[in-house]
Amino acid sequence: MGVGIGCGGWSGGVREQTNKTIHGVSCLCTLQGTVFPLHIKFPLRRIFPCPSIVFLFKKFVTLPRTTSNPFINLVLMPTKRLIGLFAVGAATFAVVAIAGLVVSTMGTFLVNGVPHLSWQFLSEAPRNNNTEGGIFPAIYGTTLLVLVMSILGVPIGTITAVYLNEYTRAGAVLPRVIRFAVNTLAGVPSIVFGLFGLGFFVQFLGGGMDKVLGNTEAVWSQPALLWAAATLAALTLPVVIVSVEEALKTVPREMRESSLALGATRWQTIWKIVLPNSTTGILTGSILAIGRSAGEVAPILFTGVVYSLPQLPDGISSQFMHLGYHLFVLSTQSPDVDKTLPLQYATTLVLLLLTFTLNFAATFIRSRLRSKQIR
Amino acid sequence: MGKKPLETKIQATDLSVYYGAKQALHRISLDLYEQEVTAFIGPSGCGKSTFLRSINRMNDLVPTARITGHLGIDGVNIYDSSVDVVELRKRVGMVFQKSTPFPKSIYDNIAFGPRLNGITERKELDRIVEESLINSALFDEVKDRLDASAMGLSGGQQQRLCIARAIAVNPSILLMDEPCSALDPISTAKIEELILELKKLYTIVIVTHNMQQAARVSEYTAFFYMGHLVEYGKTRKIFTNPSKKETEDYVTGRFG
Repeated sequence: MGVGIGCGGWSGGVREQTNKTIHGVSCLCTLQGTVFPLHIKFPLRRIFPCPSIVFLFKKFVTLPRTTSNPFINLVLMPTKRLIGLFAVGAATFAVVAIAGLVVSTMGTFLVNGVPHLSWQFLSEAPRNNNTEGGIFPAIYGTTLLVLVMSILGVPIGTITAVYLNEYTRAGAVLPRVIRFAVNTLAGVPSIVFGLFGLGFFVQFLGGGMDKVLGNTEAVWSQPALLWAAATLAALTLPVVIVSVEEALKTVPREMRESSLALGATRWQTIWKIVLPNSTTGILTGSILAIGRSAGEVAPILFTGVVYSLPQLPDGISSQFMHLGYHLFVLSTQSPDVDKTLPLQYATTLVLLLLTFTLNFAATFIRSRLRSKQIR
Repeated sequence: MGKKPLETKIQATDLSVYYGAKQALHRISLDLYEQEVTAFIGPSGCGKSTFLRSINRMNDLVPTARITGHLGIDGVNIYDSSVDVVELRKRVGMVFQKSTPFPKSIYDNIAFGPRLNGITERKELDRIVEESLINSALFDEVKDRLDASAMGLSGGQQQRLCIARAIAVNPSILLMDEPCSALDPISTAKIEELILELKKLYTIVIVTHNMQQAARVSEYTAFFYMGHLVEYGKTRKIFTNPSKKETEDYVTGRFG
């Protein structure tokens, strides 16, 4: 899926405490189907060190106080309004464009996919070289993959976030290195994760396990569900870490202090006060991770997914089928691509629905927890 | 009530606190007496909260904080390396300016401290919760909804809950950092009444910006200014016949 950005410059928001005018750019971004507003604020002086430029910029863009100066009333104010209008217009356009994109994409798959959806399609295995039958092994494999990925990735991401936020001082070297690594990780192409997974998980870890356990034939040192899930967990780690850290930051300092003042140790405070107050953030992290990973094919190509499997995976060391990869297979590797077109539409629809369902389930749990918390 | 002999509970000698390069407290020496209410007054940033927070070593949480001098509780220097901070904080309770109930039930809020101490028996916990609520004058208002969320209480009730939570671990000292600054007059009056009740059981140190409050609840008053202890003595004397010019200017409202 693509990235859409609509943005507009703005200025004139006055920060409450400092009474300083702030300027910035607001964007509505859509990334992997998640729409979020992005506000980048910057103090002008840091960007434009030259005072005269700052003066000019302020003259034209910031909100002037009420005045009788005709230049301000007739030129500056309308300019300012125009800029504001442009910002609003750009943002609106972005929203409409995104909504249109979503509707048209979903519409296409709904119209073409629904007629082929049937109980047989959902519950049977593919037959006749993937040109007939259903996609049940792929649904099963995808769901299992995402679950194992969450079980592996969310705790590690949470622990990392707790370490970064609770146990390190701002400005220390180690957390900065970790943060840099996490940010870099977020920018690595997913196929590179796939290669990493093959090299590290399958060959190094798996091979090592086989040696230690004394297996004569490859049990762990071959692509498997576990290694694919681990690779996806590594891929989604930055998302989890960032969202959990944000949640930890919202727990007020006074609440930690109250706990410590009652004689709780730092760990007790984290375990009993900070983490329970961050469950919604942890779940947000999981939701984003699921959303990101459920449709990813590249990382699992080398680490566990297979073309076709006669039976369901019987454990985490088995290989598995996956909806996204199945779609690729249907559309490029089939002997008769035209014949599988309805299958492709229906498979895509199921993949989208599955991703949405997993997302909605996590969102539902989160909102339940949230209402329980505040009451 | 007969006059009881004054016993020193907290003894500071030449206590200085630094935040980074900035010195927040300058060689403070004063004795706080057992089962008395002592008020710390002074303008914002004068160091009174810093001093309060060094009594239960909350300043340890500030990475740049550095402390020199001696601060004894019952004759033991709490900044000695052999002192366990966690144990210390169990003996020195604290109530903050902003009431901070945990987002749990009223019962679980108060049971939080005792549970940390390993008390798990329901009967024992019930007893502690009830006793703490009675002592903090909150029991009658909440006895029918102990399982309801503490977040649903009013501001004044929340602050009394925080007091109940603090006394549930059975401390001997209670530190209060502007406990009424966010409360309406009626809630404030209730807390003040409560403080006068609690002083029978605890040594209380209260930081306040409200001069009348200091006069109403405290027996002793310390006036801080710019990190120095300017004057310390009987509250009545501080307010009616202070020996320092700065004190007089402050309590009469000429500055601050």
